[in-house]
Amino acid sequence: MSAREEILRRIDGIVPARPAADVAADYARVDRGYARRHHEDGVLDLLAERVADYRATVLRASEADLPRVIAERLAARPGAYGVPSGLPDEWLADVPAELVRDPAVADLDGLAGAVTGCAAAIAETGTIVLDHGAGQGPRALSLVPDYHLIIVRAAQVAPDVPEALERLDPSRPLTMVSGPSATSDIELSRVEGVHGPRTLEVVIAE
Amino acid sequence: MKVALFLTCVNDTMYPETGKAMVRLLRRLGHDVEFPAGQTCCGQMHLNTGYRTQAKHLVKGFAETFDGYDAVVTPSASCAAMIRDWHPRLAPRTAGLASRVHELTEFLVDVLGVTDVGAYYPHRVTYHPTCHSLRMLHVGDRPLRLLKEVRGIDLVDLPDATQCCGFGGTFALKNAEVSAAMCADKVTAVRETGAETLCAADNSCLMHIGGALTRTRAGVRTVHLAEILASTEEEPA
Amino acid sequence: MTSQNAMPTYLGMPSFPDAAREAVADARLRGNLAHATGTIRERRAAAVAELDDWEALRESGKQLKDHVLANLGHYLRRLEEKVTEAGGTVHWARDAAEANRIVADLVKATGETEVVKVKSMATQEIGLNEALAEEGIAAYETDLAELIVQLGHDRPSHILVPAIHRNRSDIRDIFRKEMPDAPADLTDAPADLAEAARRHLRAKFLSAKVAVSGVNFAVADTGTLVVLESEGNGRMCLTLPETLISVMGVEKIVPTMRDLEVFLQLLPRSSTAERMNPYTSAWTGVHPGDGPRDFHLVLLDNGRTDTLADEVGRQALRCIRCSACLNVCPVYERAGGHAYGSPYPGPIGAILSPQIRGIGSDVDASLPYASSLCGACFEACPVAIDIPEVLVHLRARAVEDGPRHPVERAAMTAAGWTLRSPARLALAQRAASASRRIVAPRGRIRRLPGPLNAWTETRDAPAPPKESFRAWWARTDGGRTDERTEEGQ
Repeated sequence: MSAREEILRRIDGIVPARPAADVAADYARVDRGYARRHHEDGVLDLLAERVADYRATVLRASEADLPRVIAERLAARPGAYGVPSGLPDEWLADVPAELVRDPAVADLDGLAGAVTGCAAAIAETGTIVLDHGAGQGPRALSLVPDYHLIIVRAAQVAPDVPEALERLDPSRPLTMVSGPSATSDIELSRVEGVHGPRTLEVVIAE
Repeated sequence: MKVALFLTCVNDTMYPETGKAMVRLLRRLGHDVEFPAGQTCCGQMHLNTGYRTQAKHLVKGFAETFDGYDAVVTPSASCAAMIRDWHPRLAPRTAGLASRVHELTEFLVDVLGVTDVGAYYPHRVTYHPTCHSLRMLHVGDRPLRLLKEVRGIDLVDLPDATQCCGFGGTFALKNAEVSAAMCADKVTAVRETGAETLCAADNSCLMHIGGALTRTRAGVRTVHLAEILASTEEEPA
Repeated sequence: MTSQNAMPTYLGMPSFPDAAREAVADARLRGNLAHATGTIRERRAAAVAELDDWEALRESGKQLKDHVLANLGHYLRRLEEKVTEAGGTVHWARDAAEANRIVADLVKATGETEVVKVKSMATQEIGLNEALAEEGIAAYETDLAELIVQLGHDRPSHILVPAIHRNRSDIRDIFRKEMPDAPADLTDAPADLAEAARRHLRAKFLSAKVAVSGVNFAVADTGTLVVLESEGNGRMCLTLPETLISVMGVEKIVPTMRDLEVFLQLLPRSSTAERMNPYTSAWTGVHPGDGPRDFHLVLLDNGRTDTLADEVGRQALRCIRCSACLNVCPVYERAGGHAYGSPYPGPIGAILSPQIRGIGSDVDASLPYASSLCGACFEACPVAIDIPEVLVHLRARAVEDGPRHPVERAAMTAAGWTLRSPARLALAQRAASASRRIVAPRGRIRRLPGPLNAWTETRDAPAPPKESFRAWWARTDGGRTDERTEEGQ
């Protein structure tokens, strides 16, 4: 008997399999008394506060002001930046630094940083979610370089975890980012910057 | 209301003064209590050590002894939790009786509706909330509300109060080193308060901490909450 | 099917009290543990207090897990179907040896002799690194703490922070000695230590062709797998290599994506006391042009179906490996993780290991007793596992099926016989009272005989009173004729 058959036979012997409709009805009865949202207004302020709590840099900008703010952030660090296709050209119009469009994975380690958009953000937890679609690049782009600048649009911000997850497409790869890479493995004292980007900067565009 | 005192095997055998204090206190509040002679033990030690069959015999005996009473009051949070949480699981027919069993502070605050029991105890006291009183019985702040009304008392907070003292029944024998290490930290916390009396609602935990206090000549005595609440100017504890 | 072979690298461990004895005497370990658990305890309490619907989230988490366990066959078949549809390959393993064989064969098929690893409890449990080494495959742990443990030729002692028993200077010494590229002037500042690990592993990440991970959650409905981490080593392993092999216990399933809204709130706050952990990765099979081209999922039983068969003990399978129970446990804080003789230390280990491995060995029969039943673990558990209930349940199993303790059994039987009869109890009380002047001339007992000396080594025992309460009650008509005794307690 194969391992699969044996394991499933053991399980079915303990908790007998039931028709899918019965399982679904049972699932629908799971108690969900928790809050769909903890916050109604001030969602952008909350996101800014919570992202900053992770010792990431948070900036606020109007859509019109974005090119200037992005240019200033990138000018602060020498080197070339990776940018994914699908990121609006006008955002990068004022950038003085060299921009590498859709860099190969092998070239990522030599870049100063990466600039991406995102798919959603969660104000309550200060989390930004990438689904690596247009304007976000493959997963490696925002991982290997030491600096990551994320542009979050106001409309992408959900107040809480439940509403943010509703907006995501599970068929895509997802990366949730809450502050820079960190560890508490040494005496439980938090150190920012281990293997992922040591610096995370977030611009909230309104 | 027909009230029975369930004293518990440990108190009956080792701490009769706690039982006498219970009787004095409840009579002072106008409630006579009976002491059914058939009572022995709630079965907690056997259950918690893995001897379920022995425990079931004792559960049955408890039910036979106390079934006719409107309320059963006991000076042990640990035993009250055993009766309320476990007796119905071990013998489903005991569920009704289990719900009529009250630990002393629950009985005073919830059933009798009093927090000022007219006690007088002019000493510096710190209170250790035992694990089962906190996390199984959920007595909350009832013991402290009762203590705060005691005249003359100087009540001081115990640091890290909710940390277990390490008694845990047969745990103290089976894992003596870990148990002793936990007890040492509790003793340190008690001594930090400068209290002359350590009070709790469970004599088993007090026996454990008290045994370390006398061994280290700490000069702190252990007194069950019932004895402080029974204490008056005329009859001091 | 359960046996000591369920966790092959933990064979022949001493029983808990013996292992704990050494740990309690180790002042440095005690200091490290007290500091670390004290810190995380306070932070967790604050993170949990921030959500006023915590108890409702906890109840949902508990019910979702119970629902999955009650329909485990259905959800496993569905998960397999969805992962396969998305381009992954699903394997089934009855026990540790079978899982290790599957992973080793998959690595060999790539022609590689090195793998990078994300911290994973399941692979610790099955002893994968050791099994791969026997096949000539080097497994590199990439989580900072796992790296510390691996370089120190050590064992993890905590679910979340495996090197919790080490302090910064211990870690600096390990790096200086065992990490070839560590700077000679490496300090013990946590930031410098993390930097050394970053430099040490960067080349490995960029060149690795095969990665092995665990799984925090597997969504049956979509075939999506989720891994939570902090450092980014997880993202590196899940993204850069060509082949990814993930090993998960069969109980790790949630029904739908929606359920992550519960667990992504419960887990980070309970484990690292953060609102959200720095990085969470989710993937569904293979994503063309992004990440591994070849994905394998190994579904592991290894004693889990035996655990499922026990209706009381089953709740241990709700565990989401957050480690909150360890951090609040006064026994763990003093005994440390190694005493538990398994990758699962602390309260959850005390109920999980004896069920996964069976209760036949000394260590497994002793684990259910490694608790004072203080209840702090149950209170902290984000999926409301009643750990004290399971401990008591397993103690009964240990008495029935475990190694024999004839002295204890005789004592318990005698005590039970005495307590079953008020008359016999009264007789015993009279005997105790009569002996008080002999056993406790100064009002307390300094030394008890036999096994009871474990008590009096560090604590006095009280002297029996002059008369028991029941004797006093009978003599004084319930105190109505009492002359207050001149001799108190």
